[in-house]
Amino acid sequence: MSTTAVPDVAVTAVDEGFWTRARKAGAVLLALGVLAAVLFGALATDQQARFTLSETEGGAALEINGTVGAILFGVIAAATGAALLAGVPKRWFTVLLGAGLVAFVLSFLCWQVSAAPEGRNFMPLVNVLRGTFVLALPLIFGALAGVLCERSGVVNVAIEGQLLMGAFSGALFGSISGNVWVGLVAAALGGAFISLLLAVFAIRYLVDQVVMGIVLNLLAVGVTGFLYERLMQTDATKYNSAPRFSNWEIPLLKDIPLLGPALFRGNIFLYLGLLLVLVIHLALFRTRWGLRTRSVGEHPTAADTLGVKVLRLRYRNVLLAGLVAGVGGASYTLALYSFTKNMIGGKGFIALAALIFGRWSPTGALLAALFFGFADQLATYLGAIGSSIPSQFLAMLPYLATILAVAGLVGRVRAPAADGKPYIKG
Amino acid sequence: MTNPNPASGSPDKEPATEALQAREEARATPTAPAGDTALKQRPAEAPRPSLGRLFLDNLWAANTVTVTVLAVVLAMLVGAVLIIVSDPEVLATYGYITARPADALNASWTVVSEAYANLFKGAVFDPDAVGFTAAMGPISETLTYTAPLVFTGLSVALAFRGGLFNIGAQGQATIGVVLAAVAGFALPLPPGVHLLVALIAGALGGALWGFIPGILKARTGAHEVINTIMLNYVAVYFLSWIIVQSGVQNPTRSDAISKPVDSSAQLPRLLGDNLRVHAGILLAVLATWFIAWLLNRSTLGFELRAVGANPDAARTAGISVTKTYVLVMVIAGLLAGLGGSNMVLGSTANALTPLVIAQIGFDGILVALLGRVKPWGVLLAALLFGALQAGGNRMQSYSGISLELVTVLQALIVIFIAAPALVKAIFQLRAARAARLQTSLAKGW
Repeated sequence: MSTTAVPDVAVTAVDEGFWTRARKAGAVLLALGVLAAVLFGALATDQQARFTLSETEGGAALEINGTVGAILFGVIAAATGAALLAGVPKRWFTVLLGAGLVAFVLSFLCWQVSAAPEGRNFMPLVNVLRGTFVLALPLIFGALAGVLCERSGVVNVAIEGQLLMGAFSGALFGSISGNVWVGLVAAALGGAFISLLLAVFAIRYLVDQVVMGIVLNLLAVGVTGFLYERLMQTDATKYNSAPRFSNWEIPLLKDIPLLGPALFRGNIFLYLGLLLVLVIHLALFRTRWGLRTRSVGEHPTAADTLGVKVLRLRYRNVLLAGLVAGVGGASYTLALYSFTKNMIGGKGFIALAALIFGRWSPTGALLAALFFGFADQLATYLGAIGSSIPSQFLAMLPYLATILAVAGLVGRVRAPAADGKPYIKG
Repeated sequence: MTNPNPASGSPDKEPATEALQAREEARATPTAPAGDTALKQRPAEAPRPSLGRLFLDNLWAANTVTVTVLAVVLAMLVGAVLIIVSDPEVLATYGYITARPADALNASWTVVSEAYANLFKGAVFDPDAVGFTAAMGPISETLTYTAPLVFTGLSVALAFRGGLFNIGAQGQATIGVVLAAVAGFALPLPPGVHLLVALIAGALGGALWGFIPGILKARTGAHEVINTIMLNYVAVYFLSWIIVQSGVQNPTRSDAISKPVDSSAQLPRLLGDNLRVHAGILLAVLATWFIAWLLNRSTLGFELRAVGANPDAARTAGISVTKTYVLVMVIAGLLAGLGGSNMVLGSTANALTPLVIAQIGFDGILVALLGRVKPWGVLLAALLFGALQAGGNRMQSYSGISLELVTVLQALIVIFIAAPALVKAIFQLRAARAARLQTSLAKGW
């Protein structure tokens, strides 16, 4: 984030005293680990915590005594924290931090699962994994749309609107034509329509991009809500009964335990989303287009000097982002649900959070989206086993994590330098 | 239609650039000596146009009022198109428009004019109304919807002037409404004091929620746009959690609704019990006056505008930028919290529900932009939006046109406002000398 905005304050994240970033993270992790070992260990019961490798209670399972597991994983988390605090080579930072956080989550799960009522005290990992991906899917598409826009220097707060418009036009045209593919194309174009407005107003008319994004979100909510009430509610069979993509099972891969049922029996959107992450990652960092995009996002004047058509590239990338987000919206209406008013419900903003949390990179965005999807899925699961943890607090997790990330507590995030700055040639 | 002025920082900067332009113009005439001689010579060069001519010229120039009015007209035209294409019966007449064009035009005119007539009747005055209550009904409704929007609009506008984009008015209003409601039903206090305490509680809640992004911005440089967006959602989940806690939830209900606020903590109604307009609108006018004073007449306001215009220059001049950022966000949060309190202490609702504050925070952003981030402009813009909201209710129940059309209209109006160059091009307006239309901050993350 813009450290330049307030240069007269101590920028705590880059200070080079004893309290480096790794040490701070270590201290936090140590505290969390101790908390987990003591609190979760005390609250966990003697029941076995079962993590089954299937969708039901039966089948192969990983089992551990609740109390033992909670304390054990808590101690592991504390140990990684202590290691970070003691000072380890930098290359170990990410690995240790990741391991520590995973251990903390496992400790938490040992407590929760073992404390669940009889008959429900197991966690079907396949369900959790699949749910994570399903819930993360719109976030992945949305965050990729954000990557495309913001890497070329246009702030995309309108992800929510793009997803919503995509979902709506996918449902509408899919229903009218009765063809999923028509619906898919229409969804992409719907997202691109919002993008077009964003591009024209941000690039051509130099309207503040954040302002424009917010207004476009409201516009998308209004237009889709209006047409939903006027068309879809009055004649749902004609306007809101889009055909849906069926699940495609990939031979051989679908039989891999755990991963197979979760990842290789999904619908087209799952494969498309994962493929897009790969494609955009390669394109951004390995092709001429990617180099130009990044240079336009970091230093448009320099790029222009070298003959890159800055505005044209920005237009193209913003439109591409709209297409991607539109398809993401269709992952709702052409696969899961029929359209309802404001059905995206803030997912676009979590996608924005994933983009920032993932530091404006496609793979980072994917991981962040999966993390947020997991938090979402966990909330659902804990609700199902009657946990004492309010689901609302788990739902807050992505947002709180993003605030911490942006504030530099979990490592510094930095936007492309020219992100949000209109380029005026000449 | 070439590119308008390069986006130049906060809206605050523009007076300065205008003054600069004027000075440059003066410098460009080397024959004219400085001072009063220049003033004397100027009129002699060209005959002064008549007053009427000046008025007409200015009317069709891209000044604030003209652009605003035209933006509203454009938005309503687009809205009319939406009404037509979403009406299957009207759309059917377009199938044979070449054979009988009058059919299509008549049908379109009927449906659109009826919708907009209801919008007007619901917002301003219904000619068929009989009696005081019925006649004042629309105005009362408009003012009821206006009051909270003034607060959230002021919140966003004040932050804008300080160079911050407060997208978090929604979250601040949410925390405000929670605290105001809890203070409203949990504290046994006498009338008057109770209302005051509830309002203060709401304001403090909003201020707390504004303080967080403010201090984060000041201490770590974390961008307030991201943090306020995130805090909006944290607030929403907090609201949905607290509603169902025992002691807060209404014991006689199983759904998510809190206990009702005591009548001693409710804002008094102004025009009798049958009209919903309440004292919130008076508070809103008072707040507008106060913010106008704060911005234009106080030391803090000067520092705030200085920081908004150019933080580096402000720092050089000895103004503490970090302190100003925190203060701006706290005051902005306070205002939004008051706006939220209005939603539960006023007449729109008297208990917490998940949707109790509707969209007032996001609408506040639109209101601030439409009001050109000036306090009295915000008041007028809120009035327009309140009218649209009130009229939209009638339009929904009488013409069957979804209330969502109002959201569309509001968003479109602001889009057209935000890109004055577009409106200028569509209507071939002359460029006005004093057109201060840039709503752009253009700062990026």
